[in-house]
Amino acid sequence: MPSLDDLKKRIKSVKSTQKITKAMKMVAAAKLKRAQENAEKGRPYSDKLQNIILNLTKSISDETNAPKLLAGNGKDNIYLCVVITADRGLCGGFNSNICKLAKNYFKKFLKEGKELKIITVGSKGHDQIKAEYGQYIIDKKSFKEKKQISFLEANEIGKKVIELFEQEQFDKCFIFYNNFKNVITQIPQAEQIIPTFIKKEDKNKDSAIFYEFEPDEDEILEDLLPKNVSVQILKAFLENAASEQGSRMTAMDNATRNAGDLVDKLTINYNRSRQASITKELIEIISGAESL
Amino acid sequence: MSQEFKVEIISPDKTIYSGKSNEVILPCYEGQVTVLKDHIPLITFLRPGLIEVGKDEKFYAEDGTVEFVENNLLILSPTIQSLKNIKSAQISHMLNEAEKKISDDKISDKQKYILNYKIETLKQIN
Repeated sequence: MPSLDDLKKRIKSVKSTQKITKAMKMVAAAKLKRAQENAEKGRPYSDKLQNIILNLTKSISDETNAPKLLAGNGKDNIYLCVVITADRGLCGGFNSNICKLAKNYFKKFLKEGKELKIITVGSKGHDQIKAEYGQYIIDKKSFKEKKQISFLEANEIGKKVIELFEQEQFDKCFIFYNNFKNVITQIPQAEQIIPTFIKKEDKNKDSAIFYEFEPDEDEILEDLLPKNVSVQILKAFLENAASEQGSRMTAMDNATRNAGDLVDKLTINYNRSRQASITKELIEIISGAESL
Repeated sequence: MSQEFKVEIISPDKTIYSGKSNEVILPCYEGQVTVLKDHIPLITFLRPGLIEVGKDEKFYAEDGTVEFVENNLLILSPTIQSLKNIKSAQISHMLNEAEKKISDDKISDKQKYILNYKIETLKQIN
């Protein structure tokens, strides 16, 4: 049985933890709003760009001559995985979920006898992956100092990926990130970005449109595809940022509630033992008086 | 009949302009293009220059992609800015940078071509 003083200290410490988690929840909620707005604003750009590329690919007559970024370089040996996580913890299962998904993929790739290369973005993911797959990590990036991630940062990574592709350092590239569905649900996702993955549905729907190209299709595609890589990475960043705040908010909300429960329980315990000690003292006094 | 068509200008962070216009002038890679209603479907990309939507709205862009289909004009550009929001100090800064770059001999002809346009436009709007 802990003493009264111990209980008092416990209650105090839990209460101060609760204050912290509550504050973090509020901060996350405020940041979430902005991040969510950014993610939603960023969606049209990437969707429309994909759409243009889709339209372009429809009008390419000769698929064998398509740019390598679109058709792949014909090999299927080396896989580059870009794992995008947060730089900060205390956001529930956010980082672990991405890493878990990524590790599943790594395992699958290695089993198939592929060569694996990993780039981690965000320090938390790096820490988690380092332990098991440290020897495959070729680069790590972190944008801890940046308050807000913009196209510049995404472009930096995009350029690096393209450069590696041109040096034939890898054949296929995947990115791992959390897709922001709503505040409570974030879905870890793996997406293939090189070769550009194009959904082939609706092929007949608007294939009647014949575009005028200036300059010709190939040149436009060559200009667009590297941009598309950066834009897809940016999209992943924005979705991730919103997911991180959402995840942190729910995690901190849960923590605050748990702390509240714990305080209640401890207070009851504290009151009971205080009452018990008072009763004990009374009994002692009464029995002392009776014996006189 | 109205001669207007839909115009949308989108950067990676947000939608910069969305509205209707009679006429849009674009600085395309191979020369200036004016888009009017019922232009044939077009995909092209931009060089540095001014985009004029109607008479009032002007934008500065360094690069970007343009799609025109079924009277919808879509401009995607990571570097686009409305002329109203751009400050003259910023322009001079960009101008200096561009002039520094162009004096470098190592750059390719294509880059030189693009930088030339950039300097020209920046001088024009400053």
